[in-house]
Amino acid sequence: MSSRQNPEPMTIEEGCKLIDAAVTKLTRIIEGKPEPPFASHEYIGNYTIVYNMCIQKPPYDLSGQLYEKYGAIFQDYDKDTILPSIMEKHDEYMLRELSRWSDINKIMVRWLSHFFYYLDRYYIARSGNSSLTVVGMTCFRDHVYEKVHFNVKQVVIALIHKEREGQQIDRALLKNVLDLFVQNGMGNMERYEKDFEDFFLTETNSYYSRKASRWIQEDSCPEYMIKAEESLKKEKERVSHYLHSDTEPKLLKNVQTNLLVLVAKQLLEKENSGCSALLRDDKTDDLSRMYRLYHEIPEGLEPVAVAFRLHVTAEGNSLIKQAEDAATSGIVEEQVLVRKIIDLHDKYMAYVTDCFQNHTLFHKALKEAFEIFCNKKVAGSSSAEMLATFCDNLFKKAANDKSNDDSTIESTIDNVVKLLDYISDKDLFAEFYRKKLARRLLFGRFSDDHERSILTKLKGQFGGQFTSKMEGMVTDMQLGKDQQTGFEEYFKNTNTGKPKGVDFTVTVLTTGFWPSYKTSDLNLPLEMVNCIESFKAHYEIKTKHRRLMWIYSLGNCNLTGRFDAKPIELIVSTYQAAVLCAFNNTERLTYQELIDQLNLGHEDLVRVLHSLSCAKYKFLKKEPASKTISKTDSFEFNSKFTDKMRRIKVPLPPVDDRKKVVEDVDKDRRYAIDASLVRIMKSRKVLPHQQLVSECVEQLSRMFKPDIKMIKKRIEDLISRDYLERDTENPSTFKYVA
Amino acid sequence: MPPRSAPKPSKKRSNPDSVTSSATGPVPSASNKKKSSKEVDGTDKLFDKYANASSGVIDPEGIEKLCSSLEVPHTDIRILMLAWRMKAERQGYFTKAEWRIALEALKVDTIGKLKKALPELEKEVREPLKFADFYAYAFQYCLTEEKQKFLDIKTICQLLDMVLGSTFRAQVDYFIDYLKIQKDYKVINMDQWRGFYRFCNEISFPDMTNYNLELAWPSILDDFFEWLREKQA
Repeated sequence: MSSRQNPEPMTIEEGCKLIDAAVTKLTRIIEGKPEPPFASHEYIGNYTIVYNMCIQKPPYDLSGQLYEKYGAIFQDYDKDTILPSIMEKHDEYMLRELSRWSDINKIMVRWLSHFFYYLDRYYIARSGNSSLTVVGMTCFRDHVYEKVHFNVKQVVIALIHKEREGQQIDRALLKNVLDLFVQNGMGNMERYEKDFEDFFLTETNSYYSRKASRWIQEDSCPEYMIKAEESLKKEKERVSHYLHSDTEPKLLKNVQTNLLVLVAKQLLEKENSGCSALLRDDKTDDLSRMYRLYHEIPEGLEPVAVAFRLHVTAEGNSLIKQAEDAATSGIVEEQVLVRKIIDLHDKYMAYVTDCFQNHTLFHKALKEAFEIFCNKKVAGSSSAEMLATFCDNLFKKAANDKSNDDSTIESTIDNVVKLLDYISDKDLFAEFYRKKLARRLLFGRFSDDHERSILTKLKGQFGGQFTSKMEGMVTDMQLGKDQQTGFEEYFKNTNTGKPKGVDFTVTVLTTGFWPSYKTSDLNLPLEMVNCIESFKAHYEIKTKHRRLMWIYSLGNCNLTGRFDAKPIELIVSTYQAAVLCAFNNTERLTYQELIDQLNLGHEDLVRVLHSLSCAKYKFLKKEPASKTISKTDSFEFNSKFTDKMRRIKVPLPPVDDRKKVVEDVDKDRRYAIDASLVRIMKSRKVLPHQQLVSECVEQLSRMFKPDIKMIKKRIEDLISRDYLERDTENPSTFKYVA
Repeated sequence: MPPRSAPKPSKKRSNPDSVTSSATGPVPSASNKKKSSKEVDGTDKLFDKYANASSGVIDPEGIEKLCSSLEVPHTDIRILMLAWRMKAERQGYFTKAEWRIALEALKVDTIGKLKKALPELEKEVREPLKFADFYAYAFQYCLTEEKQKFLDIKTICQLLDMVLGSTFRAQVDYFIDYLKIQKDYKVINMDQWRGFYRFCNEISFPDMTNYNLELAWPSILDDFFEWLREKQA
């Protein structure tokens, strides 16, 4: 039909008749019934009908009525055709119907919108009504969706349940249907959530709750975890296949709550397969799974970390106990124990990095566990002492046996530094280490590289103050070598008073760095005195303002013993040499005479005489020939002595100075506490007691764990020395006295 | 001294044993600034009676004489209180200036009046604020050497008995027992001395339920507390 000036305007009834015809044709086409498609003139014609009716002059401009007609078309179609078709089907078939009709509806909306396009452009723009598309979709929502969504939801959930139980379902169909729910929300997710998701989550909740109760009874912890992991994986896939992505977090939380959170205690504490058992049996895969599962749950890892800590502590404690039981006559096999602790640390650190993905909670648990048992005493030795002894043996062996390759030594050193971190009495370790270092440097062979290496690492970890004295000691040895060369040059050049035939080496130690040693006024044999004097002369040339203090107890001496059978070279300490040389001028000496002549203390002399007359090599004959030295004994040079060796080393057994070390450290601690208290009060001026104590503990914690009682006593001492005073109003608060 | 109402020079209250003798002596209307030469004389004359002629101060002997005049034992707390009143600096000695301060404050110039004033003095000292000061003074007073900061245990025990014996009998007895038995402390300093007074005032005894080891009590009291707990167990 062409637009021609028709003298008669079209009435709505006439127009509707034409439109109905077009609609009928359209529905037949889109329903798939045999029907020739719209020819282009038919298409244009339909459009023109609407157009004409709209532009007619009032009262014949039928825009409003056409708009209503448009709505009515959809309403009728929805109610009369679409809805009944859907309602007569069930289950999956219903879903398919719904999906099909939804698509049809969309096409219809599109086509009719084209026919009624003129309305969209002018009438709707002017009147502010909803667009044709919206009308079409809203009709579908109100007359189809609203009526069927409940049943559809039931079907969908039933299908999901089927899939959960292992059967195949039509995922694409579900995706379409659920998309419909979303679309019918007309811009927000309310329909999807209220009409489907809420029910879905409730159903999911009861499904997994049932599963959890069954599995937790029947399965071991690893088996359960595998099932849980699998379930979570499947649900995630479900989302990607047909659920809306918004559902994912809610769904996963739901599943996690049921499978992991509510049963956590039961699961982790399962008798033979729970957390502790897995740790005990080294089931790293299962532990990794446990971490993965509980990682996302808030506070889910806490019980696992606790079990980890308890397990490591128990392992450590049993090592300690083993060592305690094995310690015979109070001597601990610290080499074995320390190695075992290092191995334990390596093992469980690997757990932390691998199974537990370096999570801080587990680093903390490991640290706490080690701090507990690394601070226990074994057979009277503190861990600080044992670690120092361990290092001592390590370096002594390394210096003597060059076959040890450096990298093992280095990695052991690294382990030692790690272990030291767990020991609270670090200052005690430093003191023992220093004493043993002194022995190594002065008496044995040592490797400069190894010694420096560990000191560098300790410095890096604990600060320069920790290692400054020890570094000084090592440097002294280095300087000593240079100095000795200078000393020998001095003789070559001056040739003054070189003691005849006596080779003399001096090591100068800087007092502050080395442990304190007792000096003694030993009367040396003349040959040795000459040596001392010449060195003094040389040294005074170089340095004016230093005083040399001679520590004879640290020296050693090579003597030639002219025995009847053959001369034998004796390697002895200076004290022993002094005693032996006393017999150069007389055959026999009594104990008292020796005391007078040598000016040694009783304790020292007894030790020396014992080593020379009652031990393995009897260079002196003792009268009476008992096993112990008494003040009434007398001694004679044993010219009859001989041995197959040409060189004999006679060690002087060292004095046990553990007690002294502990005393020294205690004393240093008191000074450290005083200094810390004064420092804190100087900056804070006024501070309540408890805060002062806790700040002091914190400041000192790098080196040792101060005893609270000791801190209290030091505070009182500072009060009586007028550094601090109590506040008159509040006696629990202290004030700094400037 | 708290002001007393102006007394009538009464004949009724002539009982010398009366504890509540009102302050007699200087006529109330006498101005404070101008001391009648009679009073000063009286005070000085009294001083001279007990002072050592050559040194010009009352020495230990003189104090003993004073005590017998006052009819109090010379280890009595009231002499210490008198010393406190005059802020005597040196144990066992009263200077003229110190003497004057005390007697003026007490408004006495004869030995009889002084004796009658003693109960008043005691009452004054026992007021809580003043007693704390007196308590600390007692310790200070016993320090004889210059720069001395401690008192030995024996002295402390005697002092405690004298100063706190009447008010905190139980605490004093137990503490003295403890001091005699323990070996850690050979001397006591001012802070510990003061601490004990606080202890008596604040801690319920003998249950000591409100004692807290984590607070800033001096260590000696912590040790005392633990010793006592063990005994009670």
